[in-house]
Amino acid sequence: MPRRDDLESILIIGSGPIVIGQACEFDYSGTQACKTLRDEGYRIILVNSNPATIMTDPETADATYIEPITPDTVAKIIEKERPDALLPTLGGQTALNTALAVYDKGVLDEFEVEVIGARPEVIRKAEDRDLFRAAMRNCGLEIARSGVAHNMEDARRCLAEIGLPCVIRPAFTMGGFGGGIPYNVQEFEEIVARGLSLSMNSEVLIEECLSGWKEFEMEVMRDSADNVVIICSIENIDPMGVHTGDSVTVAPAQTLTDREYQNLRNASILIMREIGIECGGSNCQFATDPETGRMVVIEMNPRVSRSSALASKATGFPIAKFAAKLAVGYTLDEIQNDITKETPACFEPTIDYCVTKIPRFAFEKFPGTDPTLTTQMKSVGEVMGIGRTFKESLQKALRGLETGLSGLGLDPRESVEALEVDRSEVAHALRIPNDQRLIAIRTAFRAGWSLEEIHEATKIDRWFLENMRELVDFEEELRGRSFSPALIREAKELGYSDRQIGHATQRTPDEIAAFRAEHGIQPVYKLVDTCAAEFEAATPYYYSAWEAETEARPTSAEKILILGGGPNRIGQGIEFDYCCVHAAYAAREIGYESVMVNSNPETVSTDFDTSDHLFFEPVTHEDVMHIVQATEPKGIIVQYGGQTPLNLANKLHAAGAPLIGTSVESIDRAEDREHFSTFLKKLGLRQPKNGTAKSPAEAFAVARRIGYPVVVRPSYVLGGRAMEIVYDDNTLDRYMVHAVEASPEHPVLIDKFLEDAIEIDVDAIADGDIVVVAGVMEHIEEAGVHSGDSSCVLPPHTLDPQLIREVMDATKAMATELGVIGLMNVQFAVKGEEVFVLEVNPRASRTIPFVSKATGIPFAKIGAKVMCGKKLKELGVSKEVIPPYFSVKAPVFPYNRFPKADSVLSPEMRSTGEVMGISMRLGEAFHKAYDAAGVNLPPQGHILITVKPADKRRIVGEARTLVGLGYELVATDGTWRAITSNGIACARVDKVGEGRPNIVDLIKNREIALILNTPHGKKERRDDSEIRAAALEANVSCITTLAGIQALVSALAAARGGDFPVTSLQEHHAHLIAETSPV
Amino acid sequence: MTERKASLAIENGTVLHGRAVGAAGERSGDLVFNTAMTGYHEILTDPSYAGQVVVMTYPLIGNYGVAEADAESAGAWPEALIVKEMSSIPSSFRADGSLPDWLEKNGVVAIEGIDTRFLTKMIRTEGSLRCVISTEDHDSTSLVAKANKAQATDGRDLASHVSCKEPYGWREAYDETYPAWLPAEPGPRIPVVAYDFGIKRNILRSLVHCGFDVTVVPAWTPADDAQALKPQGIFLSNGPGDPSAVTKGIDAVSDLVGKLPIFGICLGHQILSIVLGASTEKMPFGHHGANHPVRDLATNKVEITSQNHSFAVQADKLPDDLELSHINLNDHTVEGMRHKKWPVFSVQYHPEAAPGPLDSSHLFRHFREVLTS
Repeated sequence: MPRRDDLESILIIGSGPIVIGQACEFDYSGTQACKTLRDEGYRIILVNSNPATIMTDPETADATYIEPITPDTVAKIIEKERPDALLPTLGGQTALNTALAVYDKGVLDEFEVEVIGARPEVIRKAEDRDLFRAAMRNCGLEIARSGVAHNMEDARRCLAEIGLPCVIRPAFTMGGFGGGIPYNVQEFEEIVARGLSLSMNSEVLIEECLSGWKEFEMEVMRDSADNVVIICSIENIDPMGVHTGDSVTVAPAQTLTDREYQNLRNASILIMREIGIECGGSNCQFATDPETGRMVVIEMNPRVSRSSALASKATGFPIAKFAAKLAVGYTLDEIQNDITKETPACFEPTIDYCVTKIPRFAFEKFPGTDPTLTTQMKSVGEVMGIGRTFKESLQKALRGLETGLSGLGLDPRESVEALEVDRSEVAHALRIPNDQRLIAIRTAFRAGWSLEEIHEATKIDRWFLENMRELVDFEEELRGRSFSPALIREAKELGYSDRQIGHATQRTPDEIAAFRAEHGIQPVYKLVDTCAAEFEAATPYYYSAWEAETEARPTSAEKILILGGGPNRIGQGIEFDYCCVHAAYAAREIGYESVMVNSNPETVSTDFDTSDHLFFEPVTHEDVMHIVQATEPKGIIVQYGGQTPLNLANKLHAAGAPLIGTSVESIDRAEDREHFSTFLKKLGLRQPKNGTAKSPAEAFAVARRIGYPVVVRPSYVLGGRAMEIVYDDNTLDRYMVHAVEASPEHPVLIDKFLEDAIEIDVDAIADGDIVVVAGVMEHIEEAGVHSGDSSCVLPPHTLDPQLIREVMDATKAMATELGVIGLMNVQFAVKGEEVFVLEVNPRASRTIPFVSKATGIPFAKIGAKVMCGKKLKELGVSKEVIPPYFSVKAPVFPYNRFPKADSVLSPEMRSTGEVMGISMRLGEAFHKAYDAAGVNLPPQGHILITVKPADKRRIVGEARTLVGLGYELVATDGTWRAITSNGIACARVDKVGEGRPNIVDLIKNREIALILNTPHGKKERRDDSEIRAAALEANVSCITTLAGIQALVSALAAARGGDFPVTSLQEHHAHLIAETSPV
Repeated sequence: MTERKASLAIENGTVLHGRAVGAAGERSGDLVFNTAMTGYHEILTDPSYAGQVVVMTYPLIGNYGVAEADAESAGAWPEALIVKEMSSIPSSFRADGSLPDWLEKNGVVAIEGIDTRFLTKMIRTEGSLRCVISTEDHDSTSLVAKANKAQATDGRDLASHVSCKEPYGWREAYDETYPAWLPAEPGPRIPVVAYDFGIKRNILRSLVHCGFDVTVVPAWTPADDAQALKPQGIFLSNGPGDPSAVTKGIDAVSDLVGKLPIFGICLGHQILSIVLGASTEKMPFGHHGANHPVRDLATNKVEITSQNHSFAVQADKLPDDLELSHINLNDHTVEGMRHKKWPVFSVQYHPEAAPGPLDSSHLFRHFREVLTS
């Protein structure tokens, strides 16, 4: 069936902020869907609260709602826009759940909106455990023994049948959130209780534990004519028991005979038909018993998923794009294969390389969390390596992971190759799934473990272990055999980097590179083409290999090379991918060919449509230099992909690579402490007193000179890694040991901490002639909270215009003095009347997408054009835009994944994503942002207040407002006195240890709707963290700063003003044209 | 195991060196690539590969070893195997042994460490190429000369070479681990005669599964001898080489059409087309893989099929009596045809899969329906 002409407008729901389990893969899929359906001539209405996405760029959809993705808001958008159809299958679990909720409310029937992609009953059949299991039985497929529980009693009944260990999964949550594998009855009851409270419909599935079984995924598409194709099979190296998002996975499946593979294929097709997916992509997960081949169905996702993003990148088959086309009536045979341009999409891609995906974790950000990998996803990002062999792809993925590894083993950071390892320690690291298991396997082989022993401990298929063993064996050859071209070629074919080879042969990586150049040992580039070269490929999507023939097609056009940011992690996420994508668009728009290098399969930047040439490669010096040699770019942009490419700048520059934009010298001038101080002095700008320390002794000297409290951090890090506020010598001493470990090559920076100062973020753009301030953002949380974890408002809501002027002038002076070409970000702190410069970063910042959405100006794109030599005036950007509305950015935290970590805000960034709320009214903008961020904003109920002494005076006003809004207050002693002494009604509650019931009891009994808790001193910290842990458990929001409380109260007050209207970004931006104020 | 050198030379002068991972010796033949990512054992035991040197486009081969249950015939048929990387261990509960051991035992020369994608592109652009693989001779000039003297499959009656020599009965259906799409046919068994031009076991199993009793006869069996077995239908198998060279088979089928219902697969389909007045031609590099989309023109549905053929029936030269029933969506070549008057139909692809998708296994049931209607 061809395109449906009975539809005119389609509402697409995005996935909202980046959270664990739902990351930028949905920007990739959503953007593809929007573009595809717009090209088909439909009017696209989009709702997504995440400003750091390409999909929310105003030109991606016809009406873009940066609004909370809640059933209420979506209902309002439907009422206003009257779309003909709703497409819920491209925005992850969020979109699916929201669509179901809107359907259940009757909104879709009322406004005659058809759900396309997957009908509500289909979604329910796939998502509801009972229905799904019944469906599987119906089509003759085996499922694990299991039961469904809606309460603890049910659960105990199931336990009696299934036994321990078993697997618990809450229904309707993403990323297996809230699930787990209990080994004893106590754990069982804990996990069931948590799961019941987290599930949308208080339902948990309890099932037979298949730990140790092999796990496979199939990416499947089906159209309305019942054509079904398998796009990709994925084999998890980590056996069952580890969430697939946390597993190292490989595509295609490596260890299945054809008969077993066809068994999975048949089952996938049966599932698609039985569940009734008629037009779209799905993911089917299976477990197989490695001893007998018995296969059971684990689950299916009736939508595009993280795995389908991976499968798309792994095969070159754009699943999301085609899923969107199927949703509007096309059949697979009517769609052309984008890569071959000749053959139809109705086929099954075959690949002639191996793909390895490795998840990226952030346990170091959450001290006290258990790094054991379970069925609940904990990783924050992933990296993919493509190689002709598994060994090559594994090494590429490891060195792209950005954890300092250069591959598997032969790591220059290994001081001593410890062969005498503690056997029980190794056994533990092998047996208990964890993020270091690949490394532990290597260690075990080196320590003489046999393949069988390692297999027994890990249950990882012998084939993968054998490949790793071959690599470990080769380490000795590399060390022992005579250094020769043949040896080096062999090492390169096995995926070793020059760093590893150099380490093994006691040479520098540069010496290895020079030796290779001399002997003609250079990589070739092969195409990802969906068809294993059977047909000619039109799309330049490359990976490197050490083979006979290269397929790189030199073009005569001038090229701009853009270095991406690698895997997502906290501190470096989708914002930077957004910037890289804009750089690619920019280069194209001004007549260059864009060349993208990145290793993150979740991103828009690694969509082969985004740039003219895509190199799916690790972003390391060696890999980038090879691409520079192969493509001979006119310019290279290192300032857009976050710290990953920036860290390469000096060395690339030294190697003669043509970096463009702000010079390496200027970047260094801004980043190097001493240069920076001199620079600020020259401009007459103030900075907090500071110093640099290379040893604990130096640190104490600095602390004594500038006085406590101080902020300490290692130099050259992003996301406030290991950044702390230190109040005394003891803490400083502990820190210095820790920090030096965190970053041995760089000294520790020590700054005077400005207490209770307001922090300001400024983004600016400069072309060498003029500087334009892109946006001034006032932080809600005081200085000391990492800027990425702070909410902020654009334009500033409390600052004096004179002060804003001062900040803008200072920004311009610095940009001019530094010779910035492109983007720059400055962080200021305002204490009283004094303005301090905290840091200057002459690169794209995390806030650039937010500022661009707020002002309607695509600064990342313009910045890239400026770096390519364009002038701001010719690009039409010569004056500041101060929007007449407020834009609020709010962070989103993963504490629910790390229940043992304290949720108090600190200089160490821990948020995974962000949302945006826009309104003419500040309180409303706050409300929208907090609502979108998942903060529970109760319309009534009890609010618990417990604040530190310093905040007691200032909490009174907020308390009065809250009572006026009809809330009932509960407070602990000190806070209670402060509030009641001002004549405000408030109930007193005991602290933990004072008596019962105490605060924690109230929270656990669900008597508290909201918690306002600013952290006390050290003595009471335990009490505070207990409150926050209980809050997390009870799904009650907890606000931990006074400024945050004030903003929240204004949001609650705004909600009393009646229903909020929904307004599209395009409507907001229409105000700007009229109200733009000249500089 | 000490590393043994192996060399590959192609008639166009290309020489590549790698490591020997199979039998020692020197073999030559037509280069053909197969894009299936699983099923190397089925491919190596498929008689249709006789006379050919197989390049697996998937780079990692041998991962799951070999399992006797997957063998499509009693022996190995390609002259040689070319892979990027041979697994050093078999990893599967199903494995009876490793692939290198099996290759050695079955006399298949194999080479690893080859840029198989380079070869695939070469075959795609230059068409069929002859080559030689040697574990003995590593001299480029000498090897290229040998490649140029290698015998191509064109015009060779390889079917008679690989065919069984005596008739035999086949009663074995799929084993219980086989992922059959359709339930086994419970009805009365129907006798058919299957002409063995290089028949795959899974065809025989599929026929039994769908309720046939099969007598397999040699490729040269005269029609009278076949009819003497009192079959209710005739099956024409797959097989290697040039269909026009299978003269005795063509003669037999000529005598059978119109008398008995006939179902042909692959070479059987080509032979049938020649008999019915169509013509075949050699394709530039053929179809060899497990992902080819085929449209059933009757239902308009697309099935993903397993394919292995270098010759094809010419679409524009179908006689009036023949109706095009299936086409390949990639290149629109003929994938199936049926006779307008007689119960005679055939497909170019492999509904028995092994390896490949089982989307088309219903064709065996269709054969039964044709016989019983």
